[in-house]
Amino acid sequence: MDSLAAQLQMQYRNYILSLYQQGFLDDQFTELKSLQDDGSPDFVAEVLSLFFDDCVKLVGNMARALDQTGTVDFSQVGASVHQLKDSSSSVGAKRVKGLCITFKELCEAKNYEGCVRCLQQVDIEYKTLKAKLLDMFMFEKQIVQAGGIIPQVDIN
Amino acid sequence: MATKSMGDIEKIKKKLNVLIVDDDPLNLIIHEKIIEAIGGISQTANNGEEAVIIHRDGGSSFDLILMDKEMPERDGVSTTKKLREMEVKSMIVGVTSLADNEEERRAFMEAGLNHCLAKPLTKDKIIPLINQLMDA
Repeated sequence: MDSLAAQLQMQYRNYILSLYQQGFLDDQFTELKSLQDDGSPDFVAEVLSLFFDDCVKLVGNMARALDQTGTVDFSQVGASVHQLKDSSSSVGAKRVKGLCITFKELCEAKNYEGCVRCLQQVDIEYKTLKAKLLDMFMFEKQIVQAGGIIPQVDIN
Repeated sequence: MATKSMGDIEKIKKKLNVLIVDDDPLNLIIHEKIIEAIGGISQTANNGEEAVIIHRDGGSSFDLILMDKEMPERDGVSTTKKLREMEVKSMIVGVTSLADNEEERRAFMEAGLNHCLAKPLTKDKIIPLINQLMDA
C-alpha cells in the first residue's frame, strides 16, 4: 500500500483512540460507526449534523431561559438540559453528556451561578467536540484521496 | 420465522415490520438504521397521535413498536394505553430516558408495554427482543 495512505491510517487510528481516551467519545459512537455501511456512507455525518443542530438550539434555549429578568424558570432550563443529555447520549458525546448531568443537578438546586457557568462549559465542550470530529472527517477524506481505506479502530 | 439463539440473527423469511414512534429526528434516524441493520423495515411516527392514526386509518400491523415516552400531542404512556384499547397486539417496547425514575417506568409498563429499554438504543439491546418475537 502507498506509504502516505499507510501513514495517514496510522495517524487516524491514533487520533480516534485519543478521542476515546480523553473522554470525548464513548461506546455509543462506536455503535453509530458500526451502523454506517456502503448503502449509507454519510450516516455518521448526518447524525452528527443533527446533533450539533440540537446543541445550537438547546444551548440557545438554555441561555434565553437563564437570561430572564426576574425569576428564572429552572424547570424550563432543565427541560432543555434533559433533551441535550439524551441527544449527547445517543451519539456518544461523553463529555457533553457528563456536563448535562451536572447541569441538571444545578437546575434542580436552582443554583443560578452554577447554571450559568455550566452553560458556558457546555457551549465550549460541544464546539470542541465538533472541531475534533471535523478533523476526523478530514482525516478520512485524506486517507481515501491517498488511495487507502478508512480503518476500523478497535478501542478495546 | 426460524427459532433463533440469543444474539444470533440469521436471514429471516419475513422482514420484521417495526413502527418507531419518537418526536426527536436524531432518535428516528438512529433507530431506523438499527432496525435496518438487523434486517427489519420501519415506518416512523413523530408523536403518539400519529401512531394512533396510523393504526386507525391504515389497519397497519407491526411486529414491533418502539415507543418513546416523552412526546408532544400524545405521550408514550397515553399512546400505549390507546393502542391496547384498540386491541393492537404488536410487541410494544418503551424507550425511556436515563433520567426517568422507577415510578415513571412502572407507569409506562402498566400502560401496556411488553418491555422497556433505556436510551441510547443499540443493536445488542434490540436483538434479544427480536429473538423473543421470532420464538413466539
